Order: sequence, then structure tokens, then C-alpha cells
Amino acid sequence: MFRYKTFNRQKTMVIFVCVLFILMFLIGRLVYLMVFCSEYYGKKAEDLHERERDIKAARGRIIDATGTVLAANKTVCTISVIYNQVKDKEEVIAVLTKELGMPEEKVRARVEKVSSIERIKSNVDKETGDKIRSYGLAGVKVDEDYKRYYPYDTLASKVLGFTGGDNQGIVGLEVKYDEYMQGTNGKILTLTDARGVEIENAGESRLDPVDGNDLHITLDYNIQMYAQQAAGKALEQKQADSVSVIAMNPENGEIKAMVNVPEFNLNDPFTLNYEVGEEVSAEKKQELLNQMWRNQCINDTYEPGSTFKIITTAAALEEGVVNLADSFYCRGYYTVEDRNIHCHKVSGHGSEDFIHGIMNSCNPVFIEVGLRVGPEHYYDYFSQFGLLKKTGIDLPGEAATIMHSKEKIGLVELATMSFGQSFQITPMQLLTTVSAMINGGNRVTPHFGASVKDSEGNVIKTFQYDTKESVVSEETSEKIRFLLEKVVSEGGGKNAKIPGYSIGGKTATSQTLPRSAHKYISSFLGFAPADNPQILLLVIINNPQGIYYGGTIAAPVAREIFEDILPYLGIPFDENAAKEGEEGEN
Amino acid sequence: MSRRPEKNREKPIKYFDYTMLFIIIFLVGFGLVMLYSTSSYNAQLKFKDSAWYLKKQVFATAVGFFGMFVAAHIDYHYWMKLSGLAYVFALFLCVLVIFSGENYNGSTRWLKIGPLSVQPSEIAKVATILFLATVINKMPKQMGKMSTIMKIMILTVPIVGVVAKTNLSTAIIILGIAVCLTFVASPKYKPFFLMAFWVVGFGAMFIMKEGYRAERIKIWRHPEDFEKGYQTLQGLYAIGSGGLFGKGLGESMQKLGFLPEAQNDMIFSIICEELGLFGAVCVILLFLLLIWRFLVIANNASDLFGALIVVGIMAHVAIQVILNIAVVTNSIPNTGITLPFISYGGTSVAILLTEMGLALSVSRGIKLEVV
Repeated sequence: MFRYKTFNRQKTMVIFVCVLFILMFLIGRLVYLMVFCSEYYGKKAEDLHERERDIKAARGRIIDATGTVLAANKTVCTISVIYNQVKDKEEVIAVLTKELGMPEEKVRARVEKVSSIERIKSNVDKETGDKIRSYGLAGVKVDEDYKRYYPYDTLASKVLGFTGGDNQGIVGLEVKYDEYMQGTNGKILTLTDARGVEIENAGESRLDPVDGNDLHITLDYNIQMYAQQAAGKALEQKQADSVSVIAMNPENGEIKAMVNVPEFNLNDPFTLNYEVGEEVSAEKKQELLNQMWRNQCINDTYEPGSTFKIITTAAALEEGVVNLADSFYCRGYYTVEDRNIHCHKVSGHGSEDFIHGIMNSCNPVFIEVGLRVGPEHYYDYFSQFGLLKKTGIDLPGEAATIMHSKEKIGLVELATMSFGQSFQITPMQLLTTVSAMINGGNRVTPHFGASVKDSEGNVIKTFQYDTKESVVSEETSEKIRFLLEKVVSEGGGKNAKIPGYSIGGKTATSQTLPRSAHKYISSFLGFAPADNPQILLLVIINNPQGIYYGGTIAAPVAREIFEDILPYLGIPFDENAAKEGEEGEN
Repeated sequence: MSRRPEKNREKPIKYFDYTMLFIIIFLVGFGLVMLYSTSSYNAQLKFKDSAWYLKKQVFATAVGFFGMFVAAHIDYHYWMKLSGLAYVFALFLCVLVIFSGENYNGSTRWLKIGPLSVQPSEIAKVATILFLATVINKMPKQMGKMSTIMKIMILTVPIVGVVAKTNLSTAIIILGIAVCLTFVASPKYKPFFLMAFWVVGFGAMFIMKEGYRAERIKIWRHPEDFEKGYQTLQGLYAIGSGGLFGKGLGESMQKLGFLPEAQNDMIFSIICEELGLFGAVCVILLFLLLIWRFLVIANNASDLFGALIVVGIMAHVAIQVILNIAVVTNSIPNTGITLPFISYGGTSVAILLTEMGLALSVSRGIKLEVV
């Protein structure tokens, strides 16, 4: 038997000391990991354990001036399956196939897919969702969600616009006021194990969603409805490409209606509103959709034609180069430099004063008046009236005016411009400019947005719009109102006349480019009451078949709308005027 | 020398290292609590019984305590005669496992004996300790010679080689035990410094030449970039999220399937997550205390054979604790080594407890006046 010697003991001690040092080092390493790296690893681990579920915030509604909800939210359900929690696979497949009306293979493939959560179908009706929930199937989740819903389908489709999959605005007011209507999504944070199963009693932190604010707009459901019906009728009768109507309060720029028929169904914006002959490519389809979504009142420009004579009149009156009593002579054409520019009445209107010139919409009269103003000053008025700038309407994609540069305006250009040809503006631009001509000289900003209110009705924001004052004098404005009243009561706009109401207006018939296509745009611009305009209307019929004169086809549309909305707006009915009118007709 | 004269001189005071016994009981108890905390989720998922792992471990622990009791009461000199046989038997079992082992988690390390699964490499460790202690005890005088040292190392080659076939980590531990035993038994330092120099030199050369290409090293340096670094990374998440005082017993999130097989090699990271730095350091100190008790027993053992047994056991426990914690903290590349007394593993805990019995048996031979 051998003794354990001193060197043995020493060496055992050496081993122990080595172990001691190594363990000390490891403790040091632990301190490093658990104190200095704790935050880093802790955060990483937390990210791994937490499951975040969004709670969708409801998007703010769009409410018109009468309190009618034009865009709302509908509760829809998303059906998903959590693979690990499904007990009876066959039953789940059978129920979902039946309730969702999906092909069985499709449902089976998704139910049998090994994933933490598999979406079967979204945008399912609430009733269907409730029904599926009532089966109480393990592993089937029915999550409620909001979907934008437009109660009136096509009403003001090109104004309101629609939203995309994430409830974000895509076109129209939906995109313009997105920031106000977009709510803040809430969150549910839950701890889960590696399989994604929520841990009981772990508690969940919840961040409540903040619903979006309601947008209140100036659009009036009833006026929009009347205008849309009248426009639809005209579209059908005249087999026109499109009919646009804008109704605006010329005093403050509040737009009461904006119609562009054919409208599209806001609840189904990705389906074309007409039949497409053969199968079209995805690219072509998108192009056609973009075309369908266009708001012609603001996205497209046209030659305004005779309605622009109002502006020429205003320029001439401001310049002091014309008196209402001035007499003119129309030979059926007017020679500018070496060109003969024709009047629409080829035989000529003969001798007439300025009042009759505008009543007859006589081109030579306006050519002469325009020439009196002169190219330079005419351009300056064009600019002063705000025609070179956009109107600033609160809709996306407003088109700019297409206009000659100042230097290039010769006499011929001036002559054509004075009766509304050789340049292009948007219908909205025309309406806004005419507003200033008839409201006493103030150029208003046309708009829809009135205010933003939260869901309890508290005002969050009231929108203010600029007004540029005195673009024409009050005196000029008064004369224009007088002249335009004459146009409707006795002149070319008499088809818009309604006994008992004083209405001012101007017709126009413009030929689209290229002239050889012989396509026309008939329009009528009218307002009432003539001495204190409360409502300004523009009707544009694009490419009507058959008769295309504005006074013949556009004015009656305006009259039809006026007949509906003037009483609705509470504009006083003058019985004496009505009698006179009847007598006159008899 | 013999014990008789002392016995005659005074009434023998029976020494028994109760300190060590207490540490062992505490470690085993703590280990079972942590094992249950760590494994209950996996057990519920896999076997629909949250105590499945605990039950098996409790059974193995009971066997181990029985083994400890028996070993503590048998004079350890008795094993001298059986050590050669034990070594050959262990070798046989390790060869057997290569051909007819049970496959679990992709490695073949278990032998099925009736209803029990046994890991022969665990038996190999204790057999090697006893065998080498016996061999060295026969020629302590020649331990200074390089040839003897080489001879002893060559004696361990078969078992290391066979074990390495199925379980490289355990083979390294056995080799480590052998090195420690020869180191303590030899009066020389130089050969061991040379040996260490060679190992470090070759290791460094390997890493320099091949290391950056070796996947294991790459995973070690950047566990987040590799799929195989997943376990290491999850372990680090667990350790890091523990902080100073941990999330509290049973509150680990990482054990919920994020850290695969958390109850095995990576259990220390769950201890860190639940009990924090404080708990982790306490566990390390507890192991250090145990190793210190081995030191005391070895240095006071009544003879070389007993001392060598205890040194072997000490080396066994120390190497495993160090390697396990080093792996878990990503201080060294990943290799599967369990944490003694705490990690799940029936054979391991049973053999360890029996080894503790051996150490206690050696402690009984201590003469008090020496202490």
C-alpha cells in the first residue's frame, strides 16, 4: 500500500486551482452575458416570444351636407385555421367548404398546410363568419375586420374614390383626406410558445385602436342624385360618351354635386362598367380601369367654346372697350388678318347691339370685342381671372390649363380665344372662373371638404379656403349677370328657362380635336337666381349623337336639374314672373 | 503501514464527509426541481405527462442513491481486484453499443437492457477511473518515467477510441480523466507541460489552417448565421434574458419549445433564465464546493489508490461542469456534454451518485488527526 505523497497533493491542488480559475473565467463570461448583453438578448428573446396581432381601426366615414353617410365601414370576417389546434380536420374542411363556397381541394390544401396560421378566406360576410363561429370548431379562427362600404354604389364614384386592401385611399377624396380618415391600428401582444400557442395567464398587452375621423363634405346627396339622374338620362338619350355635371355655390366654392356618368360601382371598383369584347391583358385592363376612374370635371381639359364668351365679356367690360349699347354688324364671318372666321349662323346676324351679340352667341361680335382688348391685355385678364393657375380643388390629379404663351398670341389666336377656342381648361376651371364673374368678383376655391369630426361629433378641423377678391369689379359682375339672364330669358339659352325663376346662363357647342372627326361637346352653364346666384351649374355632354347644339341638348338637362334643385335649395319662386313666362309662351 | 496500531492506540473516530453528502443531496434535489421546470412542457407535448422526464430521472436517482449507499459502505480496496474486469466489461459494452445501440435524436449511445436504456459510455468513465487507479497504484515509483506515462495513456486508447466512435465528447472526458490521473501520480511536470504544449500547438495549428473552414468553428463565432447555431443562439437568448435575478422559477419562455431538448445539455441556460446570474453563480459555487471536497478527501486519503479514485472523480465532475458551462455560454464550440446531477440522463446520474459513494468510501478512511 502506497502513501499519497506531498507532490501528489501539490498536483491535486494544481488541478483544483486550474478548475477554480476556469470557473472564475466562466462566471466572468456569465456576468458579461447576463449583465452587459442582457438587454440585447432579452429583447431578441422577447421578439421571438411575442405575437403581434393588429386590431384594425375603423376608417372615418364620408358624410355629405345633409348628414347622409356616403362611405361607411362594413364588418367583414377573415377565416383562418391554426394547424396545431385543429382537432377534426375532415369536419373543418367540410364546414368551410360548405359555408365559404370554395372548392374542396383549395380548402383542404390550406387546412392541411403545416403553418402557424393559415388564412382561408378574407372579406367574408359577417353573417357567414358568425355562422362558422357558431360551429365552435377547434383551430378555426374568425377575425372581424372592417371593409370600406359605399351605400349608394355609383353615387359620386369619381369624387369619393375608393380604398385598397389595407383600407388606404386610392383615388378621389379617399386619398386626398386619407390622413384624417385613416385610423391608428391597435395591437394585441401575446406571449406564445414555439408552436405559436398562446400562453395562458401570461396576460396580453393591448393597445386600443383609434378610429379614423369622419370627413364632412359639401356635396349634397339630393342634388347629386338629381344631377346624376338627369345626366344619366341625357347620356342614354344622346348616346353620348359621357355627361358631366357640376353644381357649385358660386359664393363660397362649395361643390354640391359633381357627376360624371357613366359612374362606376365603388363597391366593385375593379370591374369595368361596360362590356369588354375580347379578353384583355392585365396591362390593358389596368389602363381601362384608370380611364374609368377619371374624373372628367377636373382630370380632363376641353375647349370651352361659347361659354367662354362670359370671360371675354368680363375682360372687355373691365377694359372699358365695350358698352352694352354698342352696335355691331355680323356678316356671317369676320376677317382677321387674311382669315375669315365664321359665325355659327352662316347667313350672319346682321346689325345687333352687344346684348344681342351675347344672346345670339355671335362670334364676330366677340372677335371684335376681343381685338379691342388686344392680345397683351387679353392675356393679362386671362391671368388675372386665375385661368392660368389650377383651381386648387381638393381632389387629386387636377389638370392644368393648356394655353398659348403670351408672345405667340397673334390676332388670329386672340380671335379664336375670344369665343373659347384654341386653348383648353378643365370644366372645373371654367366654373370657378365664371363664379367670380357673377358673384361680385371674388375667385373662390372650389372644394368638397368642410370639416373633420371625430366619431363623437367633435370638430377636429374646419377647412378654410382662399378667396381672391376683386378679380373683376362688382359693376362688371352685375352687367354679366344681367347679360346672362337675357341669354336664358330671351337668347340662345331659352331651353333652360323655368317660369318663376330668374336664371342666367350661356350655352356652348365646341368641336373636339381633331376637327375632322366631327365630334362635339355640348355644354350649358347656368345659375340661379340671376341677380344673386346661389347655385352655378355646368352641364357637359361629350360627343352626343344627332343634334349637338348646347342650347338644344345641354340647356334642357340643366333645366331639368334646376327644376328639381331650385325648390330644394329654397330659392324663392316668383309667381308674377311665372305668369309672365306662361303668357309669353302662350 | 497498517491501520492496526492506530486502532490499538485510540478509539477509532469514524470520519464521514457529511459536507459532501449534503452538497450532493442539495445538487440532486436542485437538479430534479430544475429538470421538472425545464422538461414539463416538452414532456406534456410529447408524452402527455408533464412529469415524464422527472419520473425517469427520479427512478435513476433512486438507483444512484442505492449505488452510492452500497459503494460508500464497501471498502474501496475491494474494487482493485475487479477493476480490470470492469474495464474490459465497459469496453465490451461500448463495442456492443456501436453494433446494436438504441438510436435517439440521431445518435446511437444507448443499450436496451430489458425496460432500461443504459449509456455504456457513462459506465466507461467510472471503469476507467478504477482501472487506471489500480494500474498506477501498482507502480507508483515508475510514474516519473515518460515510458510509464505513455504506457498508461496507451492503456486508455481502446476505451477512448471505442467511445469516440459513438460519443466524442465523452471520449474527451475519459481522456481528460486519464491525463489528470497520470499528472497527479507522476512527480514530473515537464512531460505534461510538453503534452499541453503539443495539444495547444496542434489545436492552434488546426484552427489556423482549417479552422475558418471548419463549420463548427464558424458556428461558434457567429451562431446567428447558421442553422446549426440555432441551439446555441437560443441558449444565449435564455441566458441573456435572465438578467441579474432571473424571471423566477418556472417562468422560462425559452423552454417552451424555443430551446430544443432544453432538459439535456442546455439546462444551465434555463437555470440562468429562471434564476438569473445570482442563481447561476450559486450553482457554479456549489460545484466548486463539491470539487473542493474531492480535493480535501484526496489529499487526506489514507493511501494512493483511494486518493487516485477521488482525483479521477474530481476530474470527471470538473471537466463536465467546465465544458458544459463553456458550451452553454458559447465560450467554446458546441459539443454535447451534460451538466452533472442536473441534466436529464438516467445512466449519468446513477453512475455519478455511485462515484460519489466511492469518494465517500475513501473519505471513511481518513484519519482525523490528519484533517
